[in-house]
Amino acid sequence: MSHWIVLPIVLPALLAPFFLMVIRHHLDLQRIFSVAGVLVLNGITLALLNHAMSGEVSVYELGDWPAPFGIVLVLDRLSALMIVLTSQLALAVVLYAIWSGWDNRGRHFHPLLQFQIMGVSGAFMTGDAFNLFVFFEVLLIASYGLMIHGGGGTRLRAGVQYVAYNLIGSTLFLFALGTIYGVAGTLNMADLAVKAAEIPAEDTALLRIGAVLLLLVFSVKAAVLPLHFWLPASYSNAPAPVAAFFAIMTKVGAYSILRMFTLIFGPETPVAQGLAGEWLVYAALLTVAVGMIGTQGAAHVARMTAFITIGSTGTLMVAISLFTPEASAAAIYYLIHSTFATAMMFLVADMIIERRGDSISQRRPMQHGGVIAALFFGAAVAMAGMPPLSGFIGKLLVLDAAWDAPDVVLIWSVVLITSLIAIIGLARAGSLVFWKAFDTGSGRGDVDEDTARREGVVFPTDAPRLPFVPVFGLFAVLIALTVFAGPVMRFAEDTADQLYTPQLYIDAVLKGPGS
Amino acid sequence: MELLFASAIGVLTACGIYLILRQRTFPVILGLSLLSYAVNLFLFATGRLSVGAPPILQYGVETYTDPLPQALVLTAIVISFGMTAVIVMIALSAYLSENDDRIDMDNPSEPAKDDA
Repeated sequence: MSHWIVLPIVLPALLAPFFLMVIRHHLDLQRIFSVAGVLVLNGITLALLNHAMSGEVSVYELGDWPAPFGIVLVLDRLSALMIVLTSQLALAVVLYAIWSGWDNRGRHFHPLLQFQIMGVSGAFMTGDAFNLFVFFEVLLIASYGLMIHGGGGTRLRAGVQYVAYNLIGSTLFLFALGTIYGVAGTLNMADLAVKAAEIPAEDTALLRIGAVLLLLVFSVKAAVLPLHFWLPASYSNAPAPVAAFFAIMTKVGAYSILRMFTLIFGPETPVAQGLAGEWLVYAALLTVAVGMIGTQGAAHVARMTAFITIGSTGTLMVAISLFTPEASAAAIYYLIHSTFATAMMFLVADMIIERRGDSISQRRPMQHGGVIAALFFGAAVAMAGMPPLSGFIGKLLVLDAAWDAPDVVLIWSVVLITSLIAIIGLARAGSLVFWKAFDTGSGRGDVDEDTARREGVVFPTDAPRLPFVPVFGLFAVLIALTVFAGPVMRFAEDTADQLYTPQLYIDAVLKGPGS
Repeated sequence: MELLFASAIGVLTACGIYLILRQRTFPVILGLSLLSYAVNLFLFATGRLSVGAPPILQYGVETYTDPLPQALVLTAIVISFGMTAVIVMIALSAYLSENDDRIDMDNPSEPAKDDA
């Protein structure tokens, strides 16, 4: 296994400078290498997942420095699953960006995306809390570039907000790490787990402050209420393929919470009593409610998609915040579903926007309207959690896992009622966009003058067909996730078991490889 | 020394928070810089404050200072410097293209113009 573990980080880290320095002005070559790089990455991550399926926790010591002195990369079931998700999503996004021409609307799309992949993979695999911060910054600085890709005043202003918000988040992250280091004297996650368990409960005040600060930082990333304000403006103004790839970014926050609060501040440890478990679930339920209700109020397709992303991440956070093995298994299944469904929804939204503009109002019928309507319907069914797609199975698992929780009535009613609200919101948008279209001839006279002037856009009449391929690909993944729900769920249960026996992780890291 | 150091961090943080709540981008960026200075000092202090102590092993030396926070601070300084440069560039181009440097947006439901 030795050096394979570091490749998901090294490969994009080498490709991106190659794009910038060697083939900077050759978009065709960049496209070829980008697709090839992501395909190779898919192969590597699938092989790593196959390796991790055995339940072994593999450790890679960077520079051969043993933990806790050096930085380690850790490959267990959860991190292997997350990097597979990242690379598959990256494939769909790269293909969509190339075929829809998005990568040609600004410069350096492909290198930035590779840096983003590097940061996300690193964040999923690192076993060191400070290194997690560094990888967060790598993925953030790449996302700043991607967010304003293509330019435009509104997008730039949304970009400023996004950067400012995340810089405050990063500062908070450093305060949290400093507090934890000041108490425990280590930042290696496995070592922290050992040290945190040793500290007697009455001396843990500072450590608990550090843990809550960390939780806040990750909640910013996962857009948990009340720290979700950055998401609607950022996601709806970001270029659509980028927004689709950002589907994994909210999951970075969710992953970090799941990792930190099972490994270091696990539900059994005295430090963590009353920390995350008791109030995170209410914040998550509010997030679901705000996200799903927000779909009703959104006047634009992109903004509606952003709100339903909040709702979907909120459902994931409800499952995570229960902190039981069953609920975490459900959370892992829902996480896979939510990543692909959100990405698909953003890509479908982009197809609609490209053909008829962003506003949810009556316009002339668009090109390929039938296929797009079918895809929108599929994505909406998945996002709202209707049968027969994986969203339904995911929500069912989450609700089932909540059966023993003290707030079972509250969780069930919030999740079910907001699902209904989301269905109404999506149906309203879908029927306005697809069914109430009217045909008053060709040209742009049919778009009301005011909108046309404001948007200044001539909608194409020969939109490319190839972007449908990655969208259908994502849809196929969702169907596969539904059909093979049994095996996926068994894997999710194994993963959750591994998470709730942190001793495996600690032993693997602190004794080094081969122990 | 601890009191001086702690109050310096406190004042920097307070000023930073006041500034990031302002409406224009320039004070917000200044506030972010102040916050990053505060957090750098804070990280530096997590290794405990000691004067004149070496960070690496030497013969005949009894007291050491913790070298790890210094490495962390170095990383944090580099990152916050880069991030500040990025936000200055984005804020500048937003100002130049919209002729407005407020940090909030007029109509949040207004979508980006797709330059098709």
